Amino acid sequence: MPEAKENGKNDNRVGLLERVKAGVKEDVRSLKTEMPAKIKEQVQGLKDPTKTQVYTSIFRHKHDDTPRNRALGVLSNVFLHLHPAKINRDAVRYSYTWGMGGITFYLFVVLTFTGVLLMFYYHPSKVQAFRDVLYLEHDVPFGKLLRNMHRWAAHLMVIAVWLHMFRVFLTGSYKKPREFNWNIGVLLLVFTLLLSFTGYLLPDDQLGFWAVTVGTNMARATPLLGHEGPFGKQLGMTPYNDVRFGLLGGSIVDANALLRSYIWHCIGIPIVASVLMIVHFWRVRKDGGISGPAPVMLSEEADKPRRRVE
Amino acid sequence: MDWHQLWEIVSAPDNVPIVALIPLLMFYIFLAWKQAKGNDELIAELETQPAMAKTHHRTTWPFRPGWQKEVHVWPFLLRIEFLAAIIVTIILMVWSITLYAPLEEPSNPNLTMNPAKAPWYFLGLQEMLVYFDPWIAGVVMPTLIIIGLMVIPYIDTNPLGSGYYTWKQRKFAIGTFLFGFIILWVSMIIIGTFIRGPGWQWFWPGQTWDHNRLIYEVNRDLPDIFGITSNLGKGIFGAIVVGGYFLIGGFIVHGLFRRYKAKDYQRMSFLQYNIMMVFLLTMIALPCKILLRLLWHIKYVWITPWFNV
Repeated sequence: MPEAKENGKNDNRVGLLERVKAGVKEDVRSLKTEMPAKIKEQVQGLKDPTKTQVYTSIFRHKHDDTPRNRALGVLSNVFLHLHPAKINRDAVRYSYTWGMGGITFYLFVVLTFTGVLLMFYYHPSKVQAFRDVLYLEHDVPFGKLLRNMHRWAAHLMVIAVWLHMFRVFLTGSYKKPREFNWNIGVLLLVFTLLLSFTGYLLPDDQLGFWAVTVGTNMARATPLLGHEGPFGKQLGMTPYNDVRFGLLGGSIVDANALLRSYIWHCIGIPIVASVLMIVHFWRVRKDGGISGPAPVMLSEEADKPRRRVE
Repeated sequence: MDWHQLWEIVSAPDNVPIVALIPLLMFYIFLAWKQAKGNDELIAELETQPAMAKTHHRTTWPFRPGWQKEVHVWPFLLRIEFLAAIIVTIILMVWSITLYAPLEEPSNPNLTMNPAKAPWYFLGLQEMLVYFDPWIAGVVMPTLIIIGLMVIPYIDTNPLGSGYYTWKQRKFAIGTFLFGFIILWVSMIIIGTFIRGPGWQWFWPGQTWDHNRLIYEVNRDLPDIFGITSNLGKGIFGAIVVGGYFLIGGFIVHGLFRRYKAKDYQRMSFLQYNIMMVFLLTMIALPCKILLRLLWHIKYVWITPWFNV
């Protein structure tokens, strides 16, 4: 063992040194010749970034203008795949669709974005809430713009929802097989109004306070469940246990009402509305896309199965 | 004419949506009406010419054989959506820069706002408080509106007019909806916003909102007019009047519907027909009660120890 080791040591020492020398020489040579080649190759490759691995891992298909790629552009994108690849040629006409459903959804996104930003500056407490709004309006950069945009987008969303429902009604789009989706839509309308209403109290100013006072006073009169409503007294309803108490977290509009409306406004209703929106959009696709513009039907065809017009 | 007062109401930032809603509604009703007219003319033409009906593509927009029936979503739909998003963003931007969201004084339970108004989209319901007790205007009515909207697809048995604008094929459905949406909902909102002033009194546009104005009005109850004084008598009388309204009204509507909507009547099941009747009569009861109040100062029709209608 020691002998072998000594021999080996001598051999190795000589061999190692030479091998290292040779190796380093080779490394230097490779730096001089292979690296420039690689750089050239890299530069060449970067001239067409769509062929890089990073790019192809993100975008899974080509973008040459072929019908296949146009379809894939929609179908392989998680945000766009709510759309079909192709639609009725007249379904893109604004005069038919009015675009109000899409605008409503866009406004919901705008409201979520501005709403989250507003939440950074707001405490839902009686002491802080109004001061926070003043601070937001006067000291926060673009705070006034932020608040204005949140409020006007909310108003606009209410109008857009109404117009969307109006259009869907006028084109008879709630008819078979879309009855269920119309119902989801009615619920979404209600939640849109509730979202707007719960937000009304949050600045904690006179306007919101009295609007919510007027609004929730009606809950006193709920039949059976309100202390001033028909048969409420007979069922043992008082201002301290009726449905209004449950809404406000108290018998008057105060700190608990502010907190409750804040939580409903920022968390509760948006989650419920989002779930309903998912169902709503999904059902639009599952029920066969948007309703039209369909070929007109003649009255003698009314009770016959629908004929496809070629 | 108090122009300043008028301007103050119209330009209140929170009223701007309603000011905007009116031209928007007019525009979209015009847009729908124009297409409905075109489609109705096409339907009339095709119904007289069966040969043409077999080959026609059945829309008012041009279509020639050989044209693609469908277009790619990318780019034909997505570019419209993108454009819509940009336009809405620009509108919001301009609106937010030019008009400030209202902020009043800090909330004060001891200082009542006069008039204390609900958000504009609920003003129709608040206006109803003039004519009905809160349990009807604030609870029963919104519930009925929601349920009423939800049953529409299940009671409208007319298979015509699905997926295109038309008036002639759906006169009853569209007429009823326009009545509910435009006449009852939107116009009540407009009254609640622009007409109702301090004390929820009626102020014509341009009239000064006088906080000290008093109106001497004696409201009566319907049983009083007939000289009924006992509680039991009032209860029974009211039940008869309200029940009579639904029975006689229902009978009249039945007679009309059976005659003029024979096909729909035939198609509807017993349940569908009755649900439609209840909602239709309840909806018509609204303007009836409003007229009773405005013309004859009648507050209640039906008085019981538990509730008043």
